[in-house]
Amino acid sequence: MTTYAEGRTRLLRNLTYAAAILFVLALLMDFFYVGPEAQQGEAQRIFYVHLGSFLGAFIGFTAAVVAGIRYLRSRDPKWDTLGLSSVEVGLGLSTITIVTGMFWAKPIWNVYWTWEPRLTSVTIMWLAYAAYMMLRAGIEDPERRRRFAAVYGIVAFSSVLFTVIIIRVRPDTIHPAIGPTQASPEGEFEITPRIRDTLFFNLFTFGVIAVTLIWYRIRLENLFLHIERRKMDLLSQEG
Amino acid sequence: MTSTREQSRTDIHADTPVETQAEVPPQVTPAAPRVRKRRRPVTAYWRVVGTIAWKDLRAEMRSRELINSMALFTAMVVMVFSLALELDAQARRSVVTGVLWVAIVFAGMLGLSRSLAAEKDRGSLDALLLAPIDRSALFFGKVIGNLLFVLVVAAVLLVLLTIMFDMALMKPLLLLVVLLGSVGFTTVGTLLASMSVHARARETLLPILLLPVVLPLLLSAIRASSAILEDLPTVEWRSNLELLVIADVIFLVGAYALFDFVVEE
Amino acid sequence: MIEIRNLNKIFGVNPVLRSLDLDVARGEFLALFGPNGSGKSTLLRILAALARPTSGTVRIGGWELPAEAAHVRAQLGVVSHLPLLYETLTAEENLLFFARLYDLPVAERADRVRAMLDRVGLARRAGDVVRTFSRGMQQRLAIARAILHDPAILLLDEPYTGLDQDAAALLDELLREVALAGRTAVMTTHDLRRGHQLASRIAILSRGKIAYDASTDAVSSEALPTLYADVTGAVTNR
Repeated sequence: MTTYAEGRTRLLRNLTYAAAILFVLALLMDFFYVGPEAQQGEAQRIFYVHLGSFLGAFIGFTAAVVAGIRYLRSRDPKWDTLGLSSVEVGLGLSTITIVTGMFWAKPIWNVYWTWEPRLTSVTIMWLAYAAYMMLRAGIEDPERRRRFAAVYGIVAFSSVLFTVIIIRVRPDTIHPAIGPTQASPEGEFEITPRIRDTLFFNLFTFGVIAVTLIWYRIRLENLFLHIERRKMDLLSQEG
Repeated sequence: MTSTREQSRTDIHADTPVETQAEVPPQVTPAAPRVRKRRRPVTAYWRVVGTIAWKDLRAEMRSRELINSMALFTAMVVMVFSLALELDAQARRSVVTGVLWVAIVFAGMLGLSRSLAAEKDRGSLDALLLAPIDRSALFFGKVIGNLLFVLVVAAVLLVLLTIMFDMALMKPLLLLVVLLGSVGFTTVGTLLASMSVHARARETLLPILLLPVVLPLLLSAIRASSAILEDLPTVEWRSNLELLVIADVIFLVGAYALFDFVVEE
Repeated sequence: MIEIRNLNKIFGVNPVLRSLDLDVARGEFLALFGPNGSGKSTLLRILAALARPTSGTVRIGGWELPAEAAHVRAQLGVVSHLPLLYETLTAEENLLFFARLYDLPVAERADRVRAMLDRVGLARRAGDVVRTFSRGMQQRLAIARAILHDPAILLLDEPYTGLDQDAAALLDELLREVALAGRTAVMTTHDLRRGHQLASRIAILSRGKIAYDASTDAVSSEALPTLYADVTGAVTNR
């Protein structure tokens, strides 16, 4: 009684192996391929995971917007499943972003937390998607839950945009950025070829991890729905 | 006008029996609206917006439920802040805009959830949805009604803070910031409140949904207000003011596009 | 007038309406019976364009739902178990408000509203706030609101809920003499006797399907409860 074609399952299994191998390789690169950075020393190594996980979260939240629009257009529940799965994965990965950021900030900024625009905005983003989960939990009618979740998934993306854009426009942020900013951040570093290699490899790895996780989450949700449907069938046969 | 659709539509009326019209007093011939409706099934947009906002105002002016509780609530927020932070003159200067916006937002949320919960629980939201009106017109009608309440609260607050914090708050630029901030807040707030009224714990869900979305807007509003109060040069608040305008436009367009999906089942 | 083909409505994984077909002819008054959860309220909400079908076609007066809902809305009057009125507005203000939403000509609005209030016997209370009205009075005002724009079709969703005997009898009278007046109507109700008295046709909905459908003359008022139990019971123990 499988709900999935054998081919797809094999593809997902292979993707899982790939993600695991990529992750190990990425960690090896973080620790051994790049040397300690000139000003920040060893602490800078966490940056690759930090930015990688943010990219993963960004992929998740973007997918939720696409899924939301597609759902509102088609009312096909599969898009809602994609939305839910993407948000959950994005939420998990952005938690990693925040935690790794705190570990990095302690030696560099000397505090775990500071009310700095970038940190504030990423926290707001996290709260927005936590609210998405609360909204889902609070609405009982499944059709309405899907519809509202799609709408809120789109609205909440404004907090992602805010996080991505704010570092470019706010002159008072001390958060480092790649590329031009108006700010003079603390903890900035020069990009050497090795740092660049490692960074791109980590970004790619987390992209693959995000997609893999979302896929697993979709399968899990489909199984839940399958069980639910079987239950209804059994109940209606008895009743 | 001569499509089969139009004809079948006309047929609807053809079968309305003669007795009905005989029973309705003669001066009330229903023929006139029908002819007009044939061209335009939806009542003119801005007339609907105005009618709905007017209805909210009218109902509120009679009961004064919402305004009274919102005004009292803001007075208490100001009191609590003053006492909790044991503010001296210097401290008052630095927190006044924060107090202003926190009070606007919390009183605003109080009003938003009440205004939409009232429509939903009495079934009058269904009555509005049954009418041949554009859903976004209904949305903007509610936004304007809610915005007026929020602005009344803001006005009360400005007066209160001027007196109790001994500060000159009535600056045209500050009023502009208050207006811009309130527009964005009420727009998203009305959209999200029309979702949260369907939830089990709706009073707690609205702040949870709304705050993360409006916080960026709020930060800009607070910064702009502070800079204007301190009489800082234009460069200090200009970018925040621009951000406010951009956020307002995005929220208005976004909410306009999404409201249909929230109310339609 | 109303034409439903292969209508399905699924809430989550739970089918509420299952490939339902139904036609209501012009001037017909259909009473829809059915136990709780049989889908009759959902069906009415779909007809009122308040809910969209999962699949299937619904046509009202030649217009298709939900795509052409705007055209259908102007032709519908709805009386529900909720009054659909504003408590803090007066009876007159309520009707004027809806007269504006339904785009009645400015010149006729006031007269029309006054005439409607008169017809439902609320002329003397026109200036009173709806909150002070009894349930029966609110329901009468709800009827005035529903037929204010002279709709061709009337949908009645459990209109007797919460009414005492006298108020229900008064509602009967109003429905027959003022509201219906030859309009096409669909009413859901638990009250078999009332439905039988008013309607020209009876249908019983069970588990999302029409389980019985006949003219009122086909079954006597006395036989209806037995028939109802048979039909709904038979399908349940399938």
